[in-house]
Formats: sequence, C-alpha cells, structure tokens
Amino acid sequence: MTATTEVLRILRPRRPRTRRGVELAMLLLAVIIPLAAYTIVGLTRSRHVPADVLTYGLGLGAVLVVAHLAVRKFARYADPLLLPCAALLNGLGLVLIHRLDLAGPKTQRSDATLQLIWSAVGIALFIAVLALVRDHRRLQRYTYTSMLAGLLLLAAPSLLPARFSEINGARNWIRVAGFSIQPGEFAKILLVIFVAGFLVAKRDALTLASRRFLGLNLPRGRDLGPVLVAWLVSVGLLVRGRDIGMSMLFFGFFVIMLYIATERFSWVVIGALLFAAGTFGAYHLFGHVRERFEIWLHPFRYAQTTGYQLVQALYGFANGGLLGTGLANGRPDLVPFAKSDFIIATIGEELGLTGLTAILLLYVVIVSRGMRTALSVRDAFGKLLAAGLSVSLALQVFVVVGGVTRLIPLTGITTPFLSYGGSSLVSNWAVIALLLKISDAARRPAPTRIDDATVVVGS
Amino acid sequence: MNRPIRRVALVCLVLFAALLANDNVLQFAQAKSLRDHPGNTRTLYAQYDRKRGDIVASDGTILASSKPSNDALKYLRVYANGPLYAPITGYYSLIYGASGIEAAENSILAGTDDRLFVRQLSNLVTGRTPQGGSVVLTIDPLLQQTAYQALGNRKGAVVALDPSTGAILALVSTPSYDPNLLSAHDIATVRAAWSSLTANPNQPMLDRALDQTYPPGSTFKLITAAAALASGRYTPQSQIPAPNILPYPNSTKSLTNFAGESCSSTGTTTLIQALTISCNTAFGDLGEALGQDALRKQAEAFGFDTPFAVPMKSAASVFPTDLDAAQTIQSAIGQFDVRATPLQMAVVAAAIANHGVLMRPYLVKQLVAPDLSILETTKPQPVRQAVSAEVAAELTQMMESVVAKGTGTVVQLPGVTVAGKTGTAQNAVGQPPHAWFVAFAPAEHPKIALAVLVENGGGINDATGASVAGPIAKAVLQAALRESS
Repeated sequence: MTATTEVLRILRPRRPRTRRGVELAMLLLAVIIPLAAYTIVGLTRSRHVPADVLTYGLGLGAVLVVAHLAVRKFARYADPLLLPCAALLNGLGLVLIHRLDLAGPKTQRSDATLQLIWSAVGIALFIAVLALVRDHRRLQRYTYTSMLAGLLLLAAPSLLPARFSEINGARNWIRVAGFSIQPGEFAKILLVIFVAGFLVAKRDALTLASRRFLGLNLPRGRDLGPVLVAWLVSVGLLVRGRDIGMSMLFFGFFVIMLYIATERFSWVVIGALLFAAGTFGAYHLFGHVRERFEIWLHPFRYAQTTGYQLVQALYGFANGGLLGTGLANGRPDLVPFAKSDFIIATIGEELGLTGLTAILLLYVVIVSRGMRTALSVRDAFGKLLAAGLSVSLALQVFVVVGGVTRLIPLTGITTPFLSYGGSSLVSNWAVIALLLKISDAARRPAPTRIDDATVVVGS
Repeated sequence: MNRPIRRVALVCLVLFAALLANDNVLQFAQAKSLRDHPGNTRTLYAQYDRKRGDIVASDGTILASSKPSNDALKYLRVYANGPLYAPITGYYSLIYGASGIEAAENSILAGTDDRLFVRQLSNLVTGRTPQGGSVVLTIDPLLQQTAYQALGNRKGAVVALDPSTGAILALVSTPSYDPNLLSAHDIATVRAAWSSLTANPNQPMLDRALDQTYPPGSTFKLITAAAALASGRYTPQSQIPAPNILPYPNSTKSLTNFAGESCSSTGTTTLIQALTISCNTAFGDLGEALGQDALRKQAEAFGFDTPFAVPMKSAASVFPTDLDAAQTIQSAIGQFDVRATPLQMAVVAAAIANHGVLMRPYLVKQLVAPDLSILETTKPQPVRQAVSAEVAAELTQMMESVVAKGTGTVVQLPGVTVAGKTGTAQNAVGQPPHAWFVAFAPAEHPKIALAVLVENGGGINDATGASVAGPIAKAVLQAALRESS
C-alpha cells in the first residue's frame, strides 16, 4: 500500500464492514462438519447413512440461522468467528456423545438427545443475552448483585443436604427435579462481572493509593477488601466441595483480572506465591489432592485402581496416534466418564493428534478473538470483562486438557462446549454472547463519522 | 490496560502451545511404547471385535473357534475339547495374553497378517467385517485321543511324528487344563482359574512334550550306538566289553547294570545285543571309547542343543560340555546332565526311521484365509542327515531286536515289525525313575515315530520303561497303523 492510498483511506473512512456474511459462511461449515461426522459414525457402526441426518442438518442449520439473525439484529458489528467456532465445537461434542451412546448398553437413555436439548437452551440463552444486554456497560450496575448471586450459587451445594448436592464424591452440584446443575459454571460468569465492575470502580484508588510492603506495591485494604473476600470465599467454597479444577480456575482469573486492572506485576507474584502455598497446603491437608498428584506422577502404578481412568485415556491417545482410529472405530468407551471430563480422550483416540490439534486451535481462535475484543473495546469495564471471560475459558481448557493428557494433575472439570452436561454448555453460550456484545461495541463505528476519522488520525 | 492484556494473551498462547507440545509427545513420541504397554488391553479388545480364525485338526475337527458373545466383547474363544488339545492350541486370554498356536499364529488368527493384507483392503472397500484366517494343524485327533487316554492320570507326554515329513501327529501332555477357563470374559473367574492353575503342584499348564527336559536314560543309547556305527569302527555284530561292573576312572564308584544284573557271562557282547537288553556297562564303556566329542556331535546332529520351532519354540535338549571320564560314561547312557524333551526323542526315532534324514517337526499344515482360499501349505523340510542311510538301517535292525526279543517286547504287534527302545531314567534321589519308550512302525516303511514319557513312571527297584511307557506306545502305534491300513 502506497502512502497516498493510505492517506486517502484515512481521509475517506468507510463504514466498517459488519462481516456478517463471513459469519454465515463459517456457520455453514459449522453445520456441515458435524453432519459429516455424524454420517461417518452411522456408516462405521451400521454401514448405512443415518436416516435422520437431514432432519438433524436442517434442525441444526435452522437453530444457527436464528442465532445468526439475532447477532445481525443485536450485535451487528460483532466478531464473525466466535459464533461459528462455538457452534462447531458444540456440534462435534454432540456427535461424540452420540457415538459414545452407541458404545454403551442399548437400554441406556440417549445422552446425545439430552445434550441436544441443552444446546437449544444454550442458544436460547445466547439470544436472550444478546437481546437483553443492550450495552455491556449496563452490567456494571449489577456489580454487587453479581457477587452475591455468584457466591450464593457457590455456597448452595454446601448449604443443601448431600443428597441434593453430591455426585461421585464431589459436592458441587445442585440437584432439583431430575436435573443436576453445576452452579460453579454460572458463578464463574457472575464473578467475572463482579470483579470487572469492582476493579473498574476502584481502579484509580488501586493504582494511585498504595503502600509498599516487602518491595511490593500493595493497595489499601479498603480498596481491595471486597474482591479479596469474594476471592477467598469462592475458592474456599470450591475447595470444600472438592472441586479442585474449578477452584484453580477461579483463583486464576481473579489474579489475572487484578493484574490487568492494576497493571501491577506484583499481583502475579502474590498470586503465584499464594497458589504455591495453597497447593502445598492442599497436598498436605487433603488425601484426595495427594492422590491426584500420585496418579499424575505414577499413573501406571495405579493402573487398576485410582489411575485406571487416566491410564485408559493415555492408551486411547496412543491408540489414536497421528490420524486417529476414525470416528466410531476406537474404544473410547473404555475410559470412564468419556462423555464429560474425558471427552478430549475420545477426540484424541478417534480423530488423532491431527483432530485434537484442530479442536485446540478452535479454542485458540475463540480466546484470541476475545482478547482482541478486550484490546479494542474502549471502556475499561468492557476490557476487563472480555479479558476475564476469555482467560477463564483458556484456563478451563488448559486445566482439563492438560489433566487428561497428563501435563498437569487431573482435576474434574468440563471441556467448554464439548463435554456432556447442560450447565457448562448453557453458561458457555452466555460467555460467547457477552463476548459478541463487547466486540460489537468495540467495532461499532462512533455516531459521527468525522469525529471517528479524527480519532483515527490522532491515534 | 492494553499492555497487561497483551501479556495475558501471550500467556494464554503459551498455555495452548504447552498443550499442543504435550499432546505431540503423547500421541506421537510415546504412542508406540504406550500401545505395547503390557497393561494395554485395547489391542486385545480390538482383536475381540472381529471373528478370530479357527484352529483345526488335520481331519477338519475344530479345536478352537470364536462364538458370538453377548457381553462387552463381540466374540468368545471356545475350545471344543479343551484339555486334550491345550498343549497345542494354548489359551487366548483377555488378561493373560495367549500361548501355544494362539500366540504363535496370532497374526493369521487375528487377521492382521500381511499375507491377508489384500483381502483386508478389499474388506475395507466393501465394508465387510474383517475376519481372521484359520490354522490347520497336522494333528490326528484319533492318535491324540488315544495317547491322552493311554496316559490317563499319570504325568507325562506323548509326541508322535510322521517320520517322512516331520508332521506332528499327536502332542499330548498330562495333566492338562481347560483353556476355556482362561478365555472367559469375566475377569474375576479368569483370575481365579489362573491362580488355581498356576498354584497346582502338578503344573497342568506345563507343556511336558515341548517345554520340559528330562534325563533320556537308556533311550539315549540310540545316539551312542549311532555315534559308534558312524565312526566306522563298529557294526551291530562288533564285540564290545560288557562287564558286570564298570569302575569310573579316578573314582571309587562304578557303573552297574539294572538291578546289578549281568549282561554277559563272557564279559563281552555284540553291540546289537547290548542295545537289545539295554546293557549299561557296555554302553558306558562304548561312550568312553568314543569320547564326549563324538557323542556330542551325534547328539547335536539329532537336534540337541537347539530348540525346535514347531512353530512354538521348544526347550533345547542338552548334551553337557567339559565332561570327565566318569561323566562321559554316565552321559553315554543318558544320565548325568543329559536332558531331552519328549519331542527331541521322537525326532531321534523319526530320523532313524527316515533313513537318517531329520525332518523339521511342525504342527501347522496349512494357513487358510477367511474366504477359505489356502494362503500357505507347509512343505516338509529336511534339516540334515543325522546319520547315514546305512547307519539308520543298522540302528533299525537293532531297534527291531529290542522289540522282538529284548526289553521292548511289550509293544509287539501282530503282523507288524516294530522298532523301539526303552528307557528308565534316574532323576532325583529317592524319586521313582522316569519311564521312556521311543518307537516307530512298521520298521520297513515307517508311518509313525513316537516318544512316550511317564514322569516317575518306574518303580524304585524293578520297573523298566517298558512296563509303564510301553503299553502307551503300543496303543498309539496300533491306532496309527489301523488307521493307515
């Protein structure tokens, strides 16, 4: 590009493109790929194309077109890749759960059907968030409401009797009327909103009024008190509920959001020290934490007992190798909880290193788009909210994929969009809706075009 | 705020890079070692997903087959007559792997063999379920059954060969076990069966015919005689010393005959007579005269010191090294540290029967593809001339004499000339000796050669191999000749 055209481009700013066409084209792929996968599963298992492939195709297409139209209406300038990436992950997750259904006992209920319903609920919530949150900055008004609601959700399993809250030894559920809700997934969003809102409100106080302690700049207690209390309470509640994965995730996004808001590296140091101390303490206090470490270090020593699940997953990954066994050709059903915590092992076995890399890159796209949104949005609350949501998604993927592939000790946590489970799926659709809303604000041209051009030249 | 956001984005990228790097290590670098990990049952599960091929006897009798199963695994391995054929088929277990033909021919049975590749490729295209190929054995069910029944509840082994080809017609080891117990799908019952089988002091899972070596005792005199005849210095009629007592050089101890009997009133006897009555002192003296090297050379020509692959690898029979004179004398009559598998002694008889040509013993007659086309037919394979045709003829003549008027009269059959040699092998002090019988028939045109071993089958004092192992040999010879006539 020559200097002249550059100047011309600046002088005659065009209305930014909405990119909705790109989104629609990408959504088409997000329909075609899961349908192809579904067809392959049918061909492999029973040697014919499933009869309902067209029904599902049209249904999925229709739902996504509605979501797309909602974006067109409520977030016209939003990022075009977030919705297709999430839709593709959701679609592939459905196929994988369906595939695992087929490997299970014939009498068992279809988890894929249930997950399909949850997907519809998720997209409904997605549309609702787009429609109801007219401007993401309005959420700042609900800073303390979010905190209260988030902490209540986290506390609920501990307050409820065990029969309403305990599944497989972890007390992090709310079970009502046949449904199980993991409140942590929703509390995550609420607490990100709270931290973002709170830090933005106290930002000046936090950055300006500080004391030095041990070479670190620490803010005054009254400025940071509420966020620290919320932090400790939420992590404490999760630890009490034996939800190690979620407590790591909460800890992580609190620290990172503090760092972003204050621009003080000291928070990262404090966070790292606290994390080390917490891990050390938990290791010595809780048998189940020690057990996780043991399995991580010597999985094959516990291959028939506590390490069975991880070892079976590792065998599955090895069985998949570079290209995978092909859908429905492996034995991912040998891994307990293949549909929820270990869905990544199914991908690794049947789609191979190649397929798993592609899936991880989809998450990279979502996270990087979220981060880009945080960079380009103008208001501080939007920046913190977008960064917080993206970071929590990245951390969640890291904790679960790292755990299943034995990079870090295993902690039970869902894989966003892929894992079986309504709470995780629905709440992640809400995350995508929020990111879209913020990115819409970031890319939406300012009302007066001349001002906008001046801003561009001036910046 | 943008600077920390950029940094955090970078950290996120690093996290994903770590995940990808780790997954490359897991699914690429470590994949092979994880796949071959001993605890990895996935490969085995994959094998249970397709129909494993049958193991079939020479007449088409199905010994092992896969039946559709209703549990987590698609097929169950079934052994029609488990204990009878267990030393041959081996077992095929989800947790304990496989043995016998199940292990040795696994790639054909499982359908993963390269020779099946083109067919599997077409299966992939046509979408048919891949299947394993079948293995047809040389085993003759009638002989197998006869030998198994004749051994009864004694501990022992019978190996019968077709001397002209080396085909193994019967391979029996008792006590045996039921491989169905180990191929079951219920892990707990399989574990229980395994521990009770492995804890059993009678060692039912030990394949005595292939995997266990025993002192061959007097049956080894065939090899000593062969070495003597091959030296050119002896004929069956040569006079050789046959003292009542053969003192060991440089020792106060000496070798005597069975129950202190005398071989000859004159102190000498012919070679043929010495074998006929199984004279220890004569063969001890002969062995000393020939020297340990000549004995070892002859033993190795018959297959000692090298395992056979039938295709399961047998234990190697042993002729010891660095012997002093006394040890050479003892070795010449199959004692001291000489050890032989029942298969080895059957091979000795078969090589003599086959004009001195030792044929490679084998169990697999044919490999058959799932579409019933023949992939491979085993060609009989001469290994070496163990003794010259002349020496073989002389040895045959001597073995005929054993059955006609010596220690082996118990195996005489009406109208058929049987050649044989008895053996009574001392082993541990205070234990009854092992009883042996090797034989082939008809002596003129041998159809079958065999070795029978009964562990601790002899009495402490007077039993010879003939009285215990002889009737078993006779039953099998009879069955074989009735069948072929």
